Amino acid sequence: MPDSIVDDKVYATARQPIRHDSAIKHVTGGAVYIDDMREPVGTLHLAPGWCRTYAKARLDALDLTEVRAVPGVVAVLTKDDVPGINDVSSSFGDDPMLADGEVLFWGQVVFCVVATTREAARKAARLARFEVVPGTPLVTVADALAADSHIMPEYRFGRGDVAKSLKDTQRRLSGQIAVGGQEHFYLEGQVAMAVPGEDGDMTVYSSTQHPTEVQHTVAKVLGVTEASVTVETRRMGGGFGGKESQANQWAALAALAARVTGRPCKMRLDRDDDMIMTGKRHDQVASFDVAYDGEGRILAVDLDFASRCGYSADLSLGVNDRTMFHADNAYFYPNVSIRSQRLKTNTCSNTAFRGFGGPHGVIAAERIIDSIAISIGLDPLEVRKRNFYGPGRDVTPYGQKVEDNILAELVGELEASSNYWKRRTAVRSFNAKSRILKKGLALTPVKFGISFTLIHLNQAGALVHVYTDGSVHLNHGGTEMGQGLFLKVAQVVAEEFGLPIDQVKITATNTAKVPNTAPTAASSGSDLNGMAAQAACREIKARLVDFVSMEYGTPADKIDFRDSQVIIGNGAVPFREIVKKAFIARIQLSAAGYYRTPKIHWNRDKAEGRPFLYFAYGAACAEVTVDTMTGEMKVDRVDILHDCGKSLNPAIDIGQIEGGFVQGMGWLTTEELVFDGQGRLRTHAPSTYKIPTASDVPEEFVTKLFDSPGNREETIFRSKAVGEPPLMLPACVFSAVLDAVASLKPGVIPPLDAPATPEAIMKAVHATRRGGV
Amino acid sequence: MRDTIRIFRNGRIVEIEDFGPTETLLDYLRLREGAVGTKEGCNEGDCGACTVAVGSAVGGRMVYRPVNACIQFVGMLDGKEVVTVEDLAENGVLHPVQAAMVDHHGSQCGFCTPGIVMSLFTLYHAGRPAEHGTINDWLAGNLCRCTGYRPITDAAKASCGGVPADRFAREADATTGVLEFLSDRQDIFVGDSERFFAAPRTVDALADLYMQHPDATLVAGATDVGLWVNKQMRDLPKVIHLGRVLGMSHIEDIGDAVLIGATASFEDALPHLAAIDPDIGEMMRRIGSRQVRSAGTVGGNVANGSPIGDTPPVLIALGSTVELRKGDESRALPLERFFIDYGRQDREPGEFVAGLMVPKLGPGQQFRAYKISKRFDQDISAVLGAFRFTLENGVITDARIAFGGMAATPKRAVLAESRLIGAEPVKAASWAPALEGLSQDFRPLTDMRASAHYRLETARALLAKALVEIAGAPTATTRVIGRRETPAGEGEAAHA
Ligand SMILES: Cc1cc2nc3c(=O)[nH]c(=O)nc-3n(C[C@@H](O)[C@@H](O)[C@H](O)COP(=O)(O)OP(=O)(O)OC[C@H]3O[C@@H](n4cnc5c(N)ncnc54)[C@H](O)[C@@H]3O)c2cc1C
Ligand code: FES
Ligand code: FES
Repeated sequence: MPDSIVDDKVYATARQPIRHDSAIKHVTGGAVYIDDMREPVGTLHLAPGWCRTYAKARLDALDLTEVRAVPGVVAVLTKDDVPGINDVSSSFGDDPMLADGEVLFWGQVVFCVVATTREAARKAARLARFEVVPGTPLVTVADALAADSHIMPEYRFGRGDVAKSLKDTQRRLSGQIAVGGQEHFYLEGQVAMAVPGEDGDMTVYSSTQHPTEVQHTVAKVLGVTEASVTVETRRMGGGFGGKESQANQWAALAALAARVTGRPCKMRLDRDDDMIMTGKRHDQVASFDVAYDGEGRILAVDLDFASRCGYSADLSLGVNDRTMFHADNAYFYPNVSIRSQRLKTNTCSNTAFRGFGGPHGVIAAERIIDSIAISIGLDPLEVRKRNFYGPGRDVTPYGQKVEDNILAELVGELEASSNYWKRRTAVRSFNAKSRILKKGLALTPVKFGISFTLIHLNQAGALVHVYTDGSVHLNHGGTEMGQGLFLKVAQVVAEEFGLPIDQVKITATNTAKVPNTAPTAASSGSDLNGMAAQAACREIKARLVDFVSMEYGTPADKIDFRDSQVIIGNGAVPFREIVKKAFIARIQLSAAGYYRTPKIHWNRDKAEGRPFLYFAYGAACAEVTVDTMTGEMKVDRVDILHDCGKSLNPAIDIGQIEGGFVQGMGWLTTEELVFDGQGRLRTHAPSTYKIPTASDVPEEFVTKLFDSPGNREETIFRSKAVGEPPLMLPACVFSAVLDAVASLKPGVIPPLDAPATPEAIMKAVHATRRGGV
Repeated sequence: MRDTIRIFRNGRIVEIEDFGPTETLLDYLRLREGAVGTKEGCNEGDCGACTVAVGSAVGGRMVYRPVNACIQFVGMLDGKEVVTVEDLAENGVLHPVQAAMVDHHGSQCGFCTPGIVMSLFTLYHAGRPAEHGTINDWLAGNLCRCTGYRPITDAAKASCGGVPADRFAREADATTGVLEFLSDRQDIFVGDSERFFAAPRTVDALADLYMQHPDATLVAGATDVGLWVNKQMRDLPKVIHLGRVLGMSHIEDIGDAVLIGATASFEDALPHLAAIDPDIGEMMRRIGSRQVRSAGTVGGNVANGSPIGDTPPVLIALGSTVELRKGDESRALPLERFFIDYGRQDREPGEFVAGLMVPKLGPGQQFRAYKISKRFDQDISAVLGAFRFTLENGVITDARIAFGGMAATPKRAVLAESRLIGAEPVKAASWAPALEGLSQDFRPLTDMRASAHYRLETARALLAKALVEIAGAPTATTRVIGRRETPAGEGEAAHA
């Protein structure tokens, strides 16, 4: 039963706005996170020890006498305790779990205290004495560029003769925009508990988006086989990319402590330690040089990204590649050159964060468009639309053809529903009369490529058991971090078997059940795991159909699964009875499903191929008011229209869109990471690092799903991935701020950097008044 | 003298004797009770994941307020009802706020959810219409990284604002009775003379105890002290809690001034100070969150002596005096003189803040205050400016200006003040020298909240804004939030 793009099948559970499977547990306090698990008797607690003075230093000696003397301290781990390899990186081998002779950033873990209480461990961790020789840290993008400090080679792709087009054109402009990083601020901090077993086995409960990588890391650190380590993840209190590679270290430390002490060990980072030690969204400086025609159409773009990767490579390769893949956002660049420099600094190792580099590309593209519009006095929306991909203008800078573009229609619809043009007039007349307050309006699109660009990650497994009472056990490699993945995959399974959703038992991700999995990342969770689970269901169903067909003499095509029954010709038998019979007849009621994404391929060296199976689209419109005396800014209204294909669960998807929007808005407005000159992060707590709170969300905040005929690719029930794309929708907020400031002096492009804090806005205000310098 | 504390938990009186002076309520709940529904997200009062409701009997009625369990010491809860997320559902039936959260898809990862549910529980019991602004204000101390808040706000609209009808409302009389019974006249002293948690019941007992132990840490709401313990890992062996001292939280209107007892919470002081001027109400509304304002005190904000506390500049601009007491002796001094230098106040060993006297505005006086921060709600000020002008026939005859965030202490802008005498708000040229004066009055610092440059230019902008407003510009044209006009858009009624 292939689900065609126009399908008249009536869905019972898929595509329904079913509430999160843990919703009731969430609201009653019954949902168990790792720190809530009943601790086995004798559990010990860990706290990281680090050098609080320097971001870069040679470690000559470490005196732990006072640390060990604290009552309750059982062990203190250093690199010398590591039986295997002292590395917690995903692939590059450059993330020491415990410092090895040098401090590479402010927050590098040097030792780890293991104590009977967490309080004792935390207190003891402060008492070490370090003998160090400090060096001069590289902190900023500018520092790293000046020192020519790169963590990996730069990468470029493009097409056409950019230099020539830029030289030949009548209209050309260049600019630069610095875009800050972002702390994930998952509400549940990093945490893991390791329980030692016999034969050196280790079971680790980890709050991770990537249980397989935690398993590999623990095995590597302990020097045991991967088969000796089991990692389980029931749920995370938020991940957002920050628990993809960044969960490894804490799990591995807990496992090492469990190995050394023989007791269960738990490591839960204090919030400040978490914010200091773990990687964040990269911050980047984008420089552009553009040629365009009198209509505002782009002729050529030369774009350069300089990205602060931190002290190690981590996932920076993929992240920065994705910046390049999204440097076009929704626009066709006839001639283009995109370069990305990956800089090594003495700061935390920047990592995955919802959007995975893409957002930087999008912001750069939008700044290019805004700059053109301001320069020739056209409405930015007009310029956006003129530059959209379209017939004959449909090949991305990396050679993939854009085949599924729906932006013209989608943006047209939002333009109407948000009343864009009427409000444009209103904003203009407001600004004409208002001296201190200025309004801005912007409508920006998003086109986001779906698939891991590291092709081998595009695979998934699932395990489905049907029990003899007709209940179903579901397991797959995806992890639940609040995004509703477990529910969506359960909906797929319920749909396949024609069962109510509560017949499908959702179970914790476990490396012993489904092995060798990809991280739950790149928005791919339901695309991959939904398909794998469907494959498992279909295998079981095929066996049942064979059996029923034989047993009842009904042709296979007259057998169907719905309403908890197996429909057999004109009759129906409860599903429960059929599985019981099948079991008696020795039919296997369990299957492992597997899926790998078709069609995609990518040759990075040649920069050609089709890295993405499809694109997800959306657009949003924001209106803001800016106080040009203080730089304070208020978002007055937001309208969103987003494409989820045929949504697997509209309620969950709307939640992803709204949540992603607000998170992205925080990145572009209030969330500022401040490092001091010595490389110390000064904003390492929610008291100084400000994510959006309820009042930052406008009362008029309207989110709608685009009425899609379905994904034109054969994804699970024709849905589209929704985790990351919405994060870039709030580019409209940032552009609206720019619009407001630009109203101060027509024709001048405000040099507004992100995040648009009051101070950043004031800088742009002054520069604009001065004429742009 | 009592050597235990008693809290009311889920219908039972729980007596606790073996607790540390700074053991937090959160640790008590999670580690001792095993009530792990309440979460730790930050351990510093900022995220709200640890929010619980604290019930008190006030005037014969139950009042529920949200607090951050991570920065409450368990001893502070003596005589209170503590309600956690596990306590709300009755026989498996969800509480209305829980049901609404489920129905509106108000949870994603669920980690913030218990705290959000508890904040909404207190809104449910607040007896206020669940308007958008009210809801936002109630949620300011609950960070959610997943949902974008819209479904939570919708859940609040759907479940709050009516007459409470849950178990807590039904049992309010009985609970009030229990709390009144628990509210005895005894001083509390748990521990020994080297390590104790004490909660005296009278001012005299407090004065005596503090004279005996001038090295003890006074704790009012613990919204500052809690962080010393959780983040700086400070060991505070001797804790004297002020929250039980009778009369010390008293607020009284004496005609041309308001007396604020040192332990009056922000929440309780807010309406009284807002009545002096709406900008003070807005400034207070933006101090921390509901949780922080329920626990934190005005006296603590002053005594803490931080250069970025929000109330001191405002109180200084109003001409407030602070009353101090040591043993049997009391003295009063102008508030600005209390702040000597960074981390240093004019307070002797054994001396404590007893209260504040806050003058109301006199004839011809106009007031303005502005708080500038990266985020509007629950953020610490980069700059806070407070201004009181006395005008006669449109001419300024007196000015009191105080800033937070501009110096090592909350500080007056002496030069700018003097240059304003004789200036006219309607004539910008007449006050331009005063703006310049600010550059000599202050040498601010650069830190993670703002650069020195921004601070100084903003200080000037705020003074200019105040004068432009006083010259007649409606705040609808001068501010993005905290406007003074009523929603209908009329000019300010009482303060013109
Ligand atoms: C999340 C969060 C947000 C915040 N936001 C703001 C904000 O926006 N604006 C702002 O101004 N503040 C803010 N604060 C700090 C503010 O809550 C505190 O300064 C508060 O006012 C202190 O009062 P308290 O009763 O909690 O004092 P405590 O923490 O109990 O004590 C603070 C200090 O004052 C001393 N003390 C207390 N009472 C007395 C007394 N009567 N006599 C002598 N000494 C005394 C204590 O010994 C201690 O040194 C915030 C705090 C938190 C946790
Ligand atoms: S844990 Fe964040 S406020 Fe208490
Ligand atoms: S639901 Fe995850 S933080 Fe609110």
